[in-house]
Amino acid sequence: MSKRLDGVLTAVKRGRGGVAVAHNKNTADMPVERLPIPGKVVISMQQHIGVPCTPVVKVGDEVAVGQVIGDSDKFISAPIHATVSGRVTAVGDIKLANGIITKGITIESDGEMRLYEGIKPPVVTNKKELCEAVRASGVVGLGGAGFPTHVKFNLPDDSKVDTLIINAAECEPYITVDYRECIDNTKYIIKGVELLRDICGFKQIIIAIEDNKPQAFKDLKAFADSDNDADDTIKLMTLKSRYPQGAEKMMVLSATGRKVPPGKLPSDVGCVVINVASLAFIARYVETGKPLVSRSITVDGSAIKEPKNLRVPIGTNIQDIIDYCGGFKSEPRKILSGGPMMGIAICDTNAPICKQNNAILAFADRKDLIKTERECIRCGRCVDVCPMSLMPTLIERYARVKDAEKLNDIGVMVCMECGSCAYACPSGRPLVQYMRLAKQVVREGGKK
Amino acid sequence: MSKKLTVSPSPHVRSKETTTGIMLDVIIALIPALIMSAYYFGLRALLLTAVCVGSAVLSEYVCRRVMKRNNTLGDLSAVVTGLILALNLPSSLPLWMGALGSIIAIVVVKQMFGGIGQNFVNPAMTARIILMVSFPTAMAHWVAPFAGSWSPDAVTAATPMAVLAGVQGGDVSAVADSLPSLTGMLFGVHGGSMGEVCSLALIAGGLYLIIRKVISPIIPLCFIGTVAVFMLIAGGGSLEFTAYQLLGGGLMLGAFFMATDYSTSPLNKKGKIIFGIGCGLITSIIRIFGSLPEGVSFSIILMNILVPHIENLTTPKPFGYVKEKKGGKAE
Repeated sequence: MSKRLDGVLTAVKRGRGGVAVAHNKNTADMPVERLPIPGKVVISMQQHIGVPCTPVVKVGDEVAVGQVIGDSDKFISAPIHATVSGRVTAVGDIKLANGIITKGITIESDGEMRLYEGIKPPVVTNKKELCEAVRASGVVGLGGAGFPTHVKFNLPDDSKVDTLIINAAECEPYITVDYRECIDNTKYIIKGVELLRDICGFKQIIIAIEDNKPQAFKDLKAFADSDNDADDTIKLMTLKSRYPQGAEKMMVLSATGRKVPPGKLPSDVGCVVINVASLAFIARYVETGKPLVSRSITVDGSAIKEPKNLRVPIGTNIQDIIDYCGGFKSEPRKILSGGPMMGIAICDTNAPICKQNNAILAFADRKDLIKTERECIRCGRCVDVCPMSLMPTLIERYARVKDAEKLNDIGVMVCMECGSCAYACPSGRPLVQYMRLAKQVVREGGKK
Repeated sequence: MSKKLTVSPSPHVRSKETTTGIMLDVIIALIPALIMSAYYFGLRALLLTAVCVGSAVLSEYVCRRVMKRNNTLGDLSAVVTGLILALNLPSSLPLWMGALGSIIAIVVVKQMFGGIGQNFVNPAMTARIILMVSFPTAMAHWVAPFAGSWSPDAVTAATPMAVLAGVQGGDVSAVADSLPSLTGMLFGVHGGSMGEVCSLALIAGGLYLIIRKVISPIIPLCFIGTVAVFMLIAGGGSLEFTAYQLLGGGLMLGAFFMATDYSTSPLNKKGKIIFGIGCGLITSIIRIFGSLPEGVSFSIILMNILVPHIENLTTPKPFGYVKEKKGGKAE
């Protein structure tokens, strides 16, 4: 019997602020279904934070699943692979869901999903090989940010990083793909944890999950308690569900009590934070060598006929996904790529899924989504809920007069645009928009 | 898709709380005090309240029209201002003075500084002070409870604050005859402005606002707490004297409903603490050393003016901020 007791931690230190957003995890009991092979996919060359990739195939090329079709020699970037087998029919400008025009590759599927012959499991025995393998897999932060994962593992030998935090908080409402990952793919999460422990030598590995995910908690706890972890480095931590618990800096604070200073990364305080789905993917990649060609997304919202969790090839058209979910049951008024707190409202469903999309949500009623905008009454709710200890209402004022110096002083650059302030605002002010404007003002140096 | 999709910045869900809802909560919280004032001072109290609220609403409407701004009556803040002003007046006040007070509060103090959220002093409180200085007799004509306030020569009563001003060293027994009992103080059976007499109703309203999370308890606690400590010392440890000081005058009304005014109080916790203690100190100093029997209004106005400075001093450091080390660069 394992001598470790429950092995369940609670937050070392709870972050301030945050808001209690209705969870609406309607799809929590729906295992991830596989979407039928789409007729064609449009794969963007910009699916991550960092340098866009350059296409390495041309029109007419035959490609197979997992073949590299876009790459970059820059470090902060991640290669892009063909997600179906077939023929390249176009290489050129495409429009993404958020309206941005970028380079993209269109592949007409032959319906065979033939795997690329070059695929073989990577050899991973040390940190350098791990970092290279992770880069080659094309994985980026699947939780929504899209930061190339390998950058996090590019640790110098003398690095002071001692803690790995597996982020399974999934604090955005509606989205349940990370939750499903914990239940359906527990095996790979475990493999991933063990792999990273053995290769990187983390002193502690903390799997952090919100307390509104009982089944996932149960499955992971069985693992944290198991005998595979003889020296007790792996711990499960439950967090009180509160948005934005899953934000990286909040995670680091909850798990270790350390605060990531403004402009720094978790590794500066000795932590690596990785999304649970990204972790499971890495474990699978090391086993099979099959790069990131599909991902799970939640399709939900009041306008969707049959909400589902789906595994879709990257580059699948959003409209195809909605059609597979029975289409709209009522006129959609707002469609989101991502969660309702930080997701992007899209103007056209004729756009491809990218690596960092974790949900497509369609809402019928604008009433739920829009609040009458009134003057600020200085009630201070935005100040109370800001997890970064900022004063959004003051930032709004300074942003309007473009006072870059003052904005910088009150720390607007720390803002992660979690949306808690705008959520809580009784006057319905678009505070996140003002935060973005304010950052722009600071970058440009203010009044000219 | 026939209709176009809405595109807007995140977040795409919003809390159910609205400005109107908050103002409505304040109105609800003031209703017990209003009912008690009607009970003690008769229908005249309700009439004066109606006049104050009506003229506040009307002047807000006219003012916004004249200034070619959007109509803001829907946020109910004008109703709140009118209501709070009324509760700060003696029930026998000529109606036109009440109306004038509302006009000053809305037009001069609120709208001329940009409307809701922009005024730097509490509108109702400022209007009250202006009325007090302009019409000292009418504003100090405290009708005794149940005396009826229709007739200008209704029986008047000195307020407990005026009586207490003559007390030396916290010994209330000397003036016991002219003071109501402490229970009387709690229920409001004494002279005073319409809304301030019944402390119980005000505390109930204040608790309602705290429970509904409309106000934070910090300011009222610091305000009342500071007055309590100061009075205990000034009264030589007399609990009775302290209790009279806490229940008398406009302290409860001021601490729960006026010092907590969003526009004119600090945004963050530290600032709220300083603000509350400051209000309490000034109130106590005026009551003990000043020639005025009451100091709540002035203390709040004075602290209102200090709010921008308090905020500058108490702006919280952003998450993870590291102090610059001496002689070196920030880490």
